[in-house]
Amino acid sequence: MMRKLALSDDILLAVEKPARYLGNEINAVYKDKESVDIRFAMCFPDVYEIGMSYLGIQIIYDLLNARDDIACERVYSPWTDLDKIMRERNIPLFALESQDPVKDFDFLGITLQYEMCYTNILQVLDLSGIPLYAAERSEEDPIVIGGGPCVYNPEPIADFFDMFYIGEGETVYYDLMDTYKACKKAGESRRAFLEKAAKIPGIYVPQLYDVSYHEDGTIADFVPNVEGIPEKIEKQVVSDLSHVIYPEKPLVPFIKVTQDRVVLEIQRGCIRGCRFCQAGMVYRPNRERSLEYLKDKAIKILTSTGHDEISLSSLSSSDYSDLPELTDFLIDYCEKKKINISLPSLRIDAFSLDVMSKVQDIRKSSLTFAPEAGSQRLRDVINKGLTEEVILKGAGDAFRGGWNRVKLYFMLGQPTETQEDIFGIADLANKIALEFYDIPKEDRPGNKRVEIVVSTSFFVPKPFTPFQWSRQCTEDEFRDKQRYLSNSIRESLNHRSIRYNWHEFHLTELEGILARGDRKLSEVLVNAYQSGCLFDSWSECFRNDLWVHAFEKAGMDPAFYVHRERGAEEIFPWDFIDAGVTKAFLRREYERALDEKVTPNCRQGCSGCGCRVYGGGVCYEA
Amino acid sequence: MKLRIRFSKKGPVKFIGHLDILRYFQKAFRRADYDLIYSQGFHPHPILSFASPLGVGLESEGEYMDLEVNTMDSPAVMLERLNAQMAEGIEANCYSVLRDDAKNSMSILAAADYKVCFRDGRMPCDRTKMEEMIEAFLACEQIPVEKKTKKNLLEIDIRPMIRTLSVKEDGSIWMQVSAGSAANLKPELLLESMFCQNGIAFDPYALLITRLEMYAADADGRLVPLSEYQAVSADKLSVCSKEMEA
Repeated sequence: MMRKLALSDDILLAVEKPARYLGNEINAVYKDKESVDIRFAMCFPDVYEIGMSYLGIQIIYDLLNARDDIACERVYSPWTDLDKIMRERNIPLFALESQDPVKDFDFLGITLQYEMCYTNILQVLDLSGIPLYAAERSEEDPIVIGGGPCVYNPEPIADFFDMFYIGEGETVYYDLMDTYKACKKAGESRRAFLEKAAKIPGIYVPQLYDVSYHEDGTIADFVPNVEGIPEKIEKQVVSDLSHVIYPEKPLVPFIKVTQDRVVLEIQRGCIRGCRFCQAGMVYRPNRERSLEYLKDKAIKILTSTGHDEISLSSLSSSDYSDLPELTDFLIDYCEKKKINISLPSLRIDAFSLDVMSKVQDIRKSSLTFAPEAGSQRLRDVINKGLTEEVILKGAGDAFRGGWNRVKLYFMLGQPTETQEDIFGIADLANKIALEFYDIPKEDRPGNKRVEIVVSTSFFVPKPFTPFQWSRQCTEDEFRDKQRYLSNSIRESLNHRSIRYNWHEFHLTELEGILARGDRKLSEVLVNAYQSGCLFDSWSECFRNDLWVHAFEKAGMDPAFYVHRERGAEEIFPWDFIDAGVTKAFLRREYERALDEKVTPNCRQGCSGCGCRVYGGGVCYEA
Repeated sequence: MKLRIRFSKKGPVKFIGHLDILRYFQKAFRRADYDLIYSQGFHPHPILSFASPLGVGLESEGEYMDLEVNTMDSPAVMLERLNAQMAEGIEANCYSVLRDDAKNSMSILAAADYKVCFRDGRMPCDRTKMEEMIEAFLACEQIPVEKKTKKNLLEIDIRPMIRTLSVKEDGSIWMQVSAGSAANLKPELLLESMFCQNGIAFDPYALLITRLEMYAADADGRLVPLSEYQAVSADKLSVCSKEMEA
């Protein structure tokens, strides 16, 4: 008996990539809904190919389905073509496995990976027939829970969620499920469950907290409105990542997705402490998985999926202690099995060049450096411990080793940036080219020319980083910086070898607003969604005019959220979260940044960020 | 060793396109631990080829792919291993070991059988009318149709490409038509042309098309199922889950 689909054949034949809506992938889990107590719909609010590439959902999917009393299924945003059809014909949004409406589930979990997916959250709720505002939901509606990196400031979307989970998925979900099950059995109300859940570490129930504001729009007070729930929500982390569940049978999609390979997460967190980087702060402390654990998982996952590629995932792979042993093992295993290895986020040095020459075709691959800033001064400000000397040495070694393509990543608009710093980007690219042309012609690799690609993004200050106080540049400032860099590159000696790519600045402005926004923004989001904004992270879908109008309609000034330097004493919308790194540490780091002082990484010395309390990882290395 | 595997594709997987099915099988063979022969180079890939891409939305009882292996177990075990790794709706149903000099199925494909059903009562006319239409259609000496190519519209005569065409008791239409690189006729095009001749509106979404078998032509021009052509052995799935009609 074949599964029945939620969509008719006519609809599936009419939409682009019908495979997005079928389920039926290898390693998908099907359970009889009568045999479970809890049905959990796990949603990535973007198109299938993006959502399927994300390890976090696989972890939760695996974790919840490991229990006999829970069935976890998946939900993605229908692409615009199907979205239109579903609205016209009143077809409710469904989960892929059972093809049942999302509204029939006990939970709707939504992962929050980037701010630009917020209108898609509203789409998912709307198409599911769930009221957008949590306060308007009835006993019949699923509990809507959010998780993922954006929960480190969930306030712009707080009104749409019954709860958020702040922390890593592996730790608290079972407690939450048990609490729910007990409440359901006892016939308790939605409200009673929410109040109980709010006492579970890491669970934040926005309705149970009241916010009051000063006249200038900043927060005056943020307090619980019921007894017995914590004032601060503590981030939950796994202290030992070598003895924890990892999806050994991840889903294998039919259609090509962004990450069409085995993703092996070798560690969490980062020892580096770059001051712009939110992931580097909120995922502290750095915790490595053991070599034995990783070897075991790599083989199991390659076998269960049949993938022909494996990629190591971490914020900075080069800092993983057993990297040489791990890569030796993988190279040996994968060569026999004709499996490709991809090694992103490696620092370019003798070791990594050696490893890369073994796993990639040098002629077709490029080297990636992420100096993030063009001058040493600004690199010190952002605490990016990469020097020009190291970059030039790495590039020179690489050119002599056979590479002739280099990618360079920078950010424009970081605090204290001057024209000199921007000029430094062009200058560095030029010096890398010189490094290549200094090699005698007959010894140069490839077609005797070097290809350098400079990419810049615009800096967005994020919560829980030392730059959370900093103002974001205006669109005009960004435009000027970009023009200046473009001209500087054009005027450099080796401009023929350098290509320059840049990002859109409208998106950056909105990302900045949502990243550090507060609860007042929910009205703007609803306005934007109702006027047709959807898939904002897709440049072909992004409608800046509609967003401008959405702010005007709500009588809100975007500049308040982005273009203002925040005061040292200001209460931020995300201050109710205890993410481990203390506000005092972050402020100290901000001041050191302005003094152009570098802070050592976690292995060189502890800077007292506050994450020792988690009792594991780099803080306790011998 | 050259192998040819026949498989069925039914249900939701009918919406998975040809290239994705290729990728699907590459992974499935790894999971089934087939000792495939790979191409050379930095990014080796298994040497796999299909007889003919199946359009999105079509079902099939008889898809074919060719592959090469270094070593193998008995056909029954190989089929079992592969079928243990299949998604719902895809099932390998015949395993042929080919002669070393066997040509690949794409190059020898000559004809295919199709069954066309109409979705939930969307048959555009009754069975008697359909029979009359088919009779008149087959009586034509030439059937010119316009066929869209990548560059332009081409007028072709499809009559020589139709070997058989009939309607069954249940109202389904069965046909055997030319397939392959020399001449290829899609059932949709045939039906569109026939309906058009009779002034009946053609709704491609009403059709549920199933490819049943594919053939090569032997030296005498007789059609031989690809599973048997240039084959040393052809082992059909012992537990037959499909209803193969005559």
